Amino acid sequence: MKTNQTKALILFLGPALLAIFVFFFIPVVAAFVISFTDFDIYSLGNFANARFIGFNNYVQLFEDPLFWTALQNTFWFVILAGPLSVTVSLFAAILLNSKLIKYKGIFRLSYFMPVVTTLIAVAIVWRFIYHPRFGLLNYFLGFLHINPVDWLGDPVWAMPAIVLMSVWKNFGYNMIIFIAGLNNIPTDLYEAATIEGASWWQQFRNITLPMLVPTTIFISIITMIGYFQLFAEPYIMTQGGPLNKTLSIVQYMYQEGFRWWNMGYSAAIAFVLFFIIFIGTIIQTLIQKKLKHA
Amino acid sequence: MKKIFLYLFLSITGVMTLSPFIWMLSASFMADGHASVYPPRFFPDAFTMIQFQTLFTRLNALSNFGNSLALSLLVTFVSLIFNSMAGYAFAKFRFDGKEKLFSILLSSMIIPAQVTMLPLFLMLKQMGFINTYMAIVIPGLANIFGIFMIRQYTISIPDSLIESARIDGATDFQIYYKIILPLCTPILVTLAMFTFLGTWNDFLWPLIVLTDNSMYTLPVSLANLMGEHTKDPELMMAGSVVTIIPVVVVFLALQKYYIKGIMMGSVKE
Repeated sequence: MKTNQTKALILFLGPALLAIFVFFFIPVVAAFVISFTDFDIYSLGNFANARFIGFNNYVQLFEDPLFWTALQNTFWFVILAGPLSVTVSLFAAILLNSKLIKYKGIFRLSYFMPVVTTLIAVAIVWRFIYHPRFGLLNYFLGFLHINPVDWLGDPVWAMPAIVLMSVWKNFGYNMIIFIAGLNNIPTDLYEAATIEGASWWQQFRNITLPMLVPTTIFISIITMIGYFQLFAEPYIMTQGGPLNKTLSIVQYMYQEGFRWWNMGYSAAIAFVLFFIIFIGTIIQTLIQKKLKHA
Repeated sequence: MKKIFLYLFLSITGVMTLSPFIWMLSASFMADGHASVYPPRFFPDAFTMIQFQTLFTRLNALSNFGNSLALSLLVTFVSLIFNSMAGYAFAKFRFDGKEKLFSILLSSMIIPAQVTMLPLFLMLKQMGFINTYMAIVIPGLANIFGIFMIRQYTISIPDSLIESARIDGATDFQIYYKIILPLCTPILVTLAMFTFLGTWNDFLWPLIVLTDNSMYTLPVSLANLMGEHTKDPELMMAGSVVTIIPVVVVFLALQKYYIKGIMMGSVKE
């Protein structure tokens, strides 16, 4: 009996665990080790050519102005796009949850469509939407008497342009989670508040928002994790330009690792990214705990 | 009054959200140069399939389409088997350290995939899998999120069902195949969709491990094409349409499962 159970366990759990162990956990550890070596194009032919250089890669990163640029750009992107995404999603969810509205499915579908579509394809579409002369955006802004902007060619506007596209692409996803969160709020809370004569705004402020705190934190965490990994949008729309103003951490990692084969250096960049995401997640989890007890 | 305002607002923002797709579709049916005009056109003045023709004849998009389709189906099929078996085991088997193991897996989901990419590339290179389908399939064999979803769903299947099957002499594999899998159909559909769309839409990893145009998936091929055809919006839009249509079709057909899956994934605690 006992051996049968063990056999079944190995049969069912074995394949997935083995795959995850060999192709996920081992690479994580290996990346950590590589980040302390000078693994480069010469090591690619013979791994033995890589030497341990201690913290050199990390020290070098600290002194690398391009890395600081990438770091700064990525933080700028997360700070702009993160809160904007969450706010737009919440707003859309509340509108779609209104009892006044029928045909919710149609609206939900149109808001959600960007989420499922291929990022590369829509980034290409947006690249043309941002075209300074023929693009849709400048055309519509023309109605508001706003002069044409070279969205992707202007060092100031390139990142906000990528932010706008990302918010458009992603808000539908969080909207769905917010709708689920809204539906989980017990209706009798609202009924009681209505009886006591609370206005819509008071109900929103005192019932909806507090009840949505766990959902909001969850959404903030997954949005932040996703946004720190910014890559394909600038890769397609700006190639990191103009003047490296949209170069992201992941793009820098990709370039160093897979263009120039500086894999030791690239692994160090990957771990800095991991570290940032880790800290960010911990901070938000702590905020959640604090709010729970407050 | 409030209602009319609400409908108006939702309709306008809905159309705005869809407008990039509308423009994409219409530009893909335009002749060269017709999308580079001011004011922008929302409908082709002369309808032509020339861009799609170029795409499928001169640019060989059919092989990229084939790669995307084959890889997405392959990864979906294989990972569904791996994940469903492990998810079932985590839900119904009793063994020492189960909870601990599961929570280690869950918390490791915070590690960004980029961390693993360099060593994974080197491993696959040693195995001779760079620029083959295996380079995409191997890292996709099993994933923690998939196991988590199956586990959550399978836990709600009553133990008595499994026990009575066992008394009737069913083996573990028969229980999995004849009871668990059929009962799990909804979550399997959801997970299949997530995996299919995820593999189809993936970019960075295929960009790294596929090195030859004949092996490229559609997104990689499209990104590559963009480099040479920055001035050909019509052609690029046709490429985008071809890339997007399959995912839109899959989504429209099974959207209920997809939406449910997102909601389920969000109630972790």
